[in-house]
Amino acid sequence: MSGVKQILLTPLFENNPIALQILGVCSALAVTTQLNVTLVMCVALTTVTAFSNLFISLIRNHMPSSIRIIVQMTIIASLVIAVDQFLQAFAYEISKNLSVFVGLIITNCIVMGRAEAFAMKNPPALSFLDGIGNGLGYSLVLIVVASVRELFGSGSLFSIQILPLVENGGWYQANGLMLLSPSAFFIIGFFIWALRSVKKDQVETRDYRIASHSTEEGAF
Amino acid sequence: MVSSKDSTSKTLLVAFCLCVVCSIVVSGTAVILKPMQDANRILDRNRNILSAAGLFDAQRDSDEDVQQKFSQFMPHIVDLNAGRILSETELQQLQIDIETYDQRLVINDGNYSEAIDRLYDVANIKRRVIYPMIYVVEQDGELETIVVPVNGYGLWGILYGFLALQGDGNTVKGLAFYELKETPGLGAEVRNPNWTALWPGKQIYEADGSVGLRVVKGRGSGDFQIDGLSGATLTSRGVDNLLQYWLGEDGYAPVLAQIRNSGVQN
Repeated sequence: MSGVKQILLTPLFENNPIALQILGVCSALAVTTQLNVTLVMCVALTTVTAFSNLFISLIRNHMPSSIRIIVQMTIIASLVIAVDQFLQAFAYEISKNLSVFVGLIITNCIVMGRAEAFAMKNPPALSFLDGIGNGLGYSLVLIVVASVRELFGSGSLFSIQILPLVENGGWYQANGLMLLSPSAFFIIGFFIWALRSVKKDQVETRDYRIASHSTEEGAF
Repeated sequence: MVSSKDSTSKTLLVAFCLCVVCSIVVSGTAVILKPMQDANRILDRNRNILSAAGLFDAQRDSDEDVQQKFSQFMPHIVDLNAGRILSETELQQLQIDIETYDQRLVINDGNYSEAIDRLYDVANIKRRVIYPMIYVVEQDGELETIVVPVNGYGLWGILYGFLALQGDGNTVKGLAFYELKETPGLGAEVRNPNWTALWPGKQIYEADGSVGLRVVKGRGSGDFQIDGLSGATLTSRGVDNLLQYWLGEDGYAPVLAQIRNSGVQN
């Protein structure tokens, strides 16, 4: 039982796909201006990761190694198209807001990474849970980023006005930077900083050290 | 030693089975969900037409309210080159079914659309549909509202929207963009209710028939000027350009003149 719990919970803080592995950052920048859109994106990605892990794990023993990656991509792409179709049918407004980013789940490194790193070596049920766990890890970061961006960028959460805007006669001057992609970079940066301050083992060893200034003699 | 799963025949078999299963999944969901998606798309378009005409309340209106309100909007197809509304027989000749016609889908079909000469492409859209669909509301035989589709290039891409006019074909009732790629918080503010509230009541044509309605920098004043969005100069210019194009002689001006003179019946 602890194994299941571990698979579900380690991707949240211990081995977060965005914060530790730095995967899937592109969509974290693009779909985090509004919380409800972000939530749908999180559900979509979690579904795709979980089911692609499940199906890939199911046929992992029959998968010819020469076309392994293509097989994985085909399964992932089919799932993404199915999810996109469902969104267009049941959540049209949000699917319009997400536009190409649902389609881009296909290229999201998290999905591919989990398929290759976990589902190819583990039984279906565990792989499915691993997909959910990593989807939750991704969702955690996205929801934090989206909460900050929507609150300070539009003064609202889930489109419900929290801070009355100056334009509408309130006191809060919306921070336009929060609505642009770079702000997500800063917030993810702060998130990683906070996480690594608590979990010191996540701090990477330096690849190189900047040498001190060389003296004139040392230069030759 | 090659294991059995890596043999050529196994590889081909796996590839084949995978393709069959995946294509069934993809086409299955697409076919089964298509009716709902189409309904959503039409509902969304209708909602935008209503909001251009100032009849849509996002907080209160349910999907049924939208359908019910929209039922008074009568669709007509116009011929931009001839400058008039097409009759039923002409529509049959063109094989246009007004119930299912979607002008966004025929933008690359040479039978229904054309390239715009660069010299005249004020709105910077490169191609246009020759037969756009407009909507007309009549109340007690009086023309009340005319809604025309418009599009034009902003900063990052083409903005698509509807412009609603009063029955005189000269007074603006409202403007609603339903698809755009403009910067959130800057250009995308063309959807801000505070900005669209500037539009109703503005006049379009000067006494000599030229388009007088402009989106201007600084304080817009008078019957013909609309205050441009600050921080979104290029988007504002794009909106201004699309007004000049679509309300001008190449756009709807002849059609509006026809409607003004002889109503919507042919």
